[in-house]
Amino acid sequence: MDTHKGILLCGEIEKGTLAPITMELLGIGRVLADKTGQELSILLMGSDIGGLGEEALAYGADKVYVAENPLLEHYHSDACTMVAADLCRKALPSILLLGNTDAGRDLAPRLAARLQAGLATDAVELDIDPDTGILVVTRPVFGGNALASVMVRKVRPQIATVRPKTVKPAEKDASRQGQVIRMVAEVDSSTLKVQVVERVEEKVEGVRLEDAEVVVSGGRGIGSSQSYEMIWELARLLDGAVGATRPACEEGWISMLHQVGQTGKMVSPKLYIAVALSGAMQHIAGCSGSKCIVAINQDPEANIFKVAHYGVVGDYKEILPAFMGKLKELLAK
Amino acid sequence: MHIIVCVKQIPDPEIPSAKFKIDPATKKVVPPAGVPPVISVFDERAVEAACQLKDKNGAKITVISMGQGKVADVVKHALSMGADDGITLQDSAFENLDSYGTAYVLSKAIQKIGEYDLVLCGRQAADWDSGQVGSILAEMLGIPVVTIARNIQAADGGLRVERVLKDGYEVVQAPMPCLVTVSNEVGLPRLPTGMGIITATRKKIPAWTAQDIEIDPAQVAPEGAHTEIVKLSVPIRDVQCEIVTGKDAGEAAVELAVRLRAANII
Ligand SMILES: Cc1cc2nc3c(=O)[nH]c(=O)nc-3n(C[C@@H](O)[C@H](O)[C@H](O)COP(=O)(O)OP(=O)(O)OC[C@H]3O[C@@H](n4cnc5c(N)ncnc54)[C@H](O)[C@@H]3O)c2cc1C
Ligand SMILES: Cc1cc2nc3c(=O)[nH]c(=O)nc-3n(C[C@H](O)[C@H](O)[C@H](O)COP(=O)(O)OP(=O)(O)OC[C@H]3O[C@@H](n4cnc5c(N)ncnc54)[C@H](O)[C@@H]3O)c2cc1C
Repeated sequence: MDTHKGILLCGEIEKGTLAPITMELLGIGRVLADKTGQELSILLMGSDIGGLGEEALAYGADKVYVAENPLLEHYHSDACTMVAADLCRKALPSILLLGNTDAGRDLAPRLAARLQAGLATDAVELDIDPDTGILVVTRPVFGGNALASVMVRKVRPQIATVRPKTVKPAEKDASRQGQVIRMVAEVDSSTLKVQVVERVEEKVEGVRLEDAEVVVSGGRGIGSSQSYEMIWELARLLDGAVGATRPACEEGWISMLHQVGQTGKMVSPKLYIAVALSGAMQHIAGCSGSKCIVAINQDPEANIFKVAHYGVVGDYKEILPAFMGKLKELLAK
Repeated sequence: MHIIVCVKQIPDPEIPSAKFKIDPATKKVVPPAGVPPVISVFDERAVEAACQLKDKNGAKITVISMGQGKVADVVKHALSMGADDGITLQDSAFENLDSYGTAYVLSKAIQKIGEYDLVLCGRQAADWDSGQVGSILAEMLGIPVVTIARNIQAADGGLRVERVLKDGYEVVQAPMPCLVTVSNEVGLPRLPTGMGIITATRKKIPAWTAQDIEIDPAQVAPEGAHTEIVKLSVPIRDVQCEIVTGKDAGEAAVELAVRLRAANII
């Protein structure tokens, strides 16, 4: 195992720039590298990476591996697994970090299998065990009802995917020096078994959940798509985005893209208004980063009141109209 | 088409948080009395996806589950939804395996089953939430994998699969045999029919042991685990909720708006 050294990150590129998760990986990667006195390197895969390698150096990497190939323009499972596994076999990192994103969720377990390594997904905390120097990954389990700490003792690399927006992003320092290595990213298209036919972007109505300062979410208690209109109305009033619980989406009251939670979107607005939803941990997982949570629910025992800062117990159909009336008055001032 | 669906039995993930208890020493969840374990939610959706393919194209569905105790119950549930055959994998050597070990045991069972066109898994087990077993299993079987599917159709001798993405979806064409992990977007699971329940009760569900599927003991030995859970805890939440009241709901609502304004939140 002494053969494996250093920390390798799998960065992500979004619309020609380093994606936010890349800066977050560089942030936590730098912390762990400094703690263990190891080198921090990052792999960037894409079709035209331009100056992003130098950019990654400025954000804290010591070494950047650039893998360019037209087949890597978008994340492709087979192609990226091949390129990343190849690099790991050559660079032999001790720790490999990815984002717990569309790409990272898919890539990490395939790499773990190919490299016969150990993987902990969806990390919210990463640290080094002072006695052994081994990475300790803390991850929510049982929908967020519990936290598990995981260590990979016997195999290398120690792989983890990091939940977006849970670690501090790196800051840019243009004076930082390092090495950009252009790899020959040979991807034989005949070995790609799964073909991407098309990618469809679905536009959400209204404000984007991820960017919103205010999010208003409705749950199963709303009762119908017609009643869901009230959630939209409140969101518009506050220039906010509309969220939903899984049952509200599955009832067809709103598109699945609005689902907030462990298997939906992760939001961290200043204000999160939860209406007629019980506050299951799988839902809270997606909004617990909110500065202020307001709960409206007719059941005083509902779990949402255990995580909310303000609450009103009662029927939302009576509460929301009065609340919106007063809001209009206050906001007009 | 022969479809193999991997389903896991888990403690009911929908028990209210207030009733959620763990035993930090054994790192296990202590389910509240009287709440039986259930089929993991995404695995139930995987069974649903298999049944949809069967409805449309005709297929034989075999369900496998590795677990202890009443693990046959989740297999029966899948049979009552429309699966044809079920097998449990039960052996003391299979207890507390990590994702890698789990995938290894499933791969051995699938190799024993023999011919198949499609293996379905859930996108993640709804207890430990790892989302690893499906992809590792595919790599072990040496077949292509498509993760987090919201729709699966037979097309052009292979499968046309829609994958859920953050801002939409991606359509891919995969050859068979392959493995697909299923998300809840495939649709609500069908309810068992009366006939389905009767067939499921009568069906013989063989229980395979480590020996039956030629497990290499080193691969499932605790010392061989790739990942180790060193601690399990329940996070402390110290939020105090300020319950806003009034003489009626309307008045409480007005008071809420006033307080949020005073606290500079809106
Ligand atoms: C006492 C105890 C100790 C544990 N110790 C460890 C440990 O040291 N290291 C560790 O990593 N984990 C440990 N675990 C957790 C471990 O058992 C996980 O369940 C295991 O890692 C499998 O991952 P997962 O359930 O999260 O599966 P995922 O990767 O989330 O599962 C994805 C899919 O794989 C299929 N699948 C998964 N399991 C089965 C199954 N049993 N039968 C059929 N299909 C299945 C399903 O289709 C499922 O949807 C422990 C658990 C307990 C109770
Ligand atoms: C692995 C896994 C992943 C999951 N991922 C997610 C996820 O990402 N996002 C998600 O949301 N869920 C997720 N879930 C589901 C989650 O566990 C809950 O089932 C779900 O969040 C409950 O939705 P709800 O609060 O809308 O419904 P319910 O729990 O049914 O709550 C409805 C609430 O509305 C209240 N109510 C009813 N009528 C009124 C009224 N007129 N006025 C005021 N209040 C009223 C009731 O008191 C009740 O509290 C997941 C589950 C699992 C197992």
